[in-house]
Amino acid sequence: MAVLVLVEHGEDELSRQAIAFASGLGEVEALAIDGDASGWPVERAHVAEGMDSYAPGAWARALEEVIDRVAPTAVVAAGTNRGNEVLAYVAARRDLPFAANCVSLLAQDSAGGASANGGESLTVTRVRWGGSLLEEARIHSSLPLLSVAPHAVPAAEGAGSPEVETFTPELDESDLLVQVAEHVDEVSTGISLAEAKVVVSGGRGVGSADGFGIIEELAAQLDAAVGCSRVVTSAGWRPHTDQVGQTGTKVSPDLYIACGISGATQHIAGCKGAKKILAINSDAEAPILASADYAVIGDLTEIVPAITAELRKARAP
Amino acid sequence: MRILVCVKRVPLTGGKMVLTADEQSLETRHLGFTISPHEECGVEEAVRLVEQHGGEITVLTLGPPEAEEQIRETLAIGADRGILLADGGEEWDPQATAAAIVAEAGDFDLIIFGNESADSGNYQVGIRVAHALGRPVVTGLKGLSIEDGRARCEQEVAGGRDVYVVPLPAVVTVLEGINLPRYPSVPAKLRARQKPVEAKTPERPSSRLEKLRLVVPPGQGKQAEILGQGPDAAPAVVEVMRELGVA
Ligand SMILES: Cc1cc2nc3c(=O)[nH]c(=O)nc-3n(C[C@H](O)[C@H](O)[C@H](O)COP(=O)(O)OP(=O)(O)OC[C@H]3O[C@@H](n4cnc5c(N)ncnc54)[C@H](O)[C@@H]3O)c2cc1C
Ligand SMILES: Nc1ncnc2c1ncn2[C@@H]1O[C@H](COP(=O)(O)O)[C@@H](O)[C@H]1O
Repeated sequence: MAVLVLVEHGEDELSRQAIAFASGLGEVEALAIDGDASGWPVERAHVAEGMDSYAPGAWARALEEVIDRVAPTAVVAAGTNRGNEVLAYVAARRDLPFAANCVSLLAQDSAGGASANGGESLTVTRVRWGGSLLEEARIHSSLPLLSVAPHAVPAAEGAGSPEVETFTPELDESDLLVQVAEHVDEVSTGISLAEAKVVVSGGRGVGSADGFGIIEELAAQLDAAVGCSRVVTSAGWRPHTDQVGQTGTKVSPDLYIACGISGATQHIAGCKGAKKILAINSDAEAPILASADYAVIGDLTEIVPAITAELRKARAP
Repeated sequence: MRILVCVKRVPLTGGKMVLTADEQSLETRHLGFTISPHEECGVEEAVRLVEQHGGEITVLTLGPPEAEEQIRETLAIGADRGILLADGGEEWDPQATAAAIVAEAGDFDLIIFGNESADSGNYQVGIRVAHALGRPVVTGLKGLSIEDGRARCEQEVAGGRDVYVVPLPAVVTVLEGINLPRYPSVPAKLRARQKPVEAKTPERPSSRLEKLRLVVPPGQGKQAEILGQGPDAAPAVVEVMRELGVA
């Protein structure tokens, strides 16, 4: 029995994770939107052609056509903006349940099995609270729709040699009503928070917008990006683009330095992908210490400049 | 312009997730409650649109009776009236949530959702409501403006912004950062007490996305190695940075 995976060109790593996840449910077939699908590690690739700019309704229509042709046992996508959006469209159109951001499969019950509703069901673990909590959930449906939380499973490796079938989905006007009409380029300046090797982040303990001067100086010494907590953005000290957390940016640096940040679960949701976390906090009981690898206890306004000075000293000829 | 904003009451968890004994919910006895930052920004966006174009804002929540507190907070920001749908003490799955909202969502020019709810993060209620109403929906907005009966919607994407233009009536889902919400003034909080909140009790259908139990993920409860106290710890910090290859 086939499982259908929506793969996204440009999101190769997350799409391969979705393929790996789906392979636990059956033989994987992929739907790709335009482009060369010959490298995906799947049995068969369906390529929807002539799809111009992104239109979620059109992608969903393409997915529905393949669903009708292949009759898969489940449909899987990466938990990206588009993956989640397109599956939600299919879910809405077909009145099917959709479980977003799954991390593992628990059990599959066929008709008449353990399912409380009597029908077929699939049990999964999915993330809540941006990853701070997990939920075991049963999807009551003969066609479960699932997206896979980023970095929950290792990606399927290698180049496949799928049979490639192209088709042109039959779209109507309503499928194209919501469509990217324009792309505005924005040149990003400085080091990208999401990709930085080191992030120096400040919270309420930094005290003010001006207080971030010492955070920026330390960041400059380390070629690091500057991050912050939500308290800081809500106060208008830093722009929201600097916010790390559940409703901000998710970071995965080698080192995350949290200065004057208490360690609320919603903040940790954004930085727990860091290899190491160093907390600088005046409170030896702050919750962040239970998420950090290293800590310095004391006043950040003294500690942060001292670290900067020590780095400068070490670099001086 | 008539605008509906949908918000969900969630606990304000601190540094730790603690479950009730039956593993069905978070232990909230000592916690405050709030709504998602995305939804806060949704309310602020509605208030700004009405300041600019005139109109009226309704805020809807499906939750326990105590969720009136969250509605009142949005009324203090500038919403005009509230609808409180009683959830009967249990969380509703996203399909059921959408259906309950659809029943109240008839004649609004714009319906604003969060991109995802803070707790369950289903990424779908807004899209389901839009589909049931036959309206366009644009998700994950970081920019919104209304002109000549059309909504210009901006998403942040790699390398810039994607722009969508859809006719009203429409549905949008927004992200924190689309604006910086205001703090309510004391007089606004007092006025909010007088604004109407209508309570209703819809029937809860069975869940097709059924929560079986909650699990706290492993990895909470590390013990940080204390490198030192105060500025004297700087050399030890730099030493660690060297070991990690970042200094
Ligand atoms: C749904 C939802 C989503 C959220 N999303 C996010 C998010 O994306 N990102 C986020 O950050 N938050 C988010 N939050 C908010 C989060 O719950 C916390 O309120 C927030 O992270 C706290 O920020 P903080 O640590 O800077 O402030 P506080 O919790 O006030 O902590 C300040 C810390 O600074 C320390 N300190 C004070 N002075 C000094 C000093 N001189 N030197 C050293 N240490 C000092 C204190 O000991 C304390 O530990 C979200 C909340 C909800 C409900
Ligand atoms: N119980 C609820 N009451 C009101 N609005 C809700 C509720 N649940 C979800 N929503 C809205 O739907 C959005 C998306 O939720 P979800 O699909 O659960 O991620 C939220 O940000 C809210 O705007």
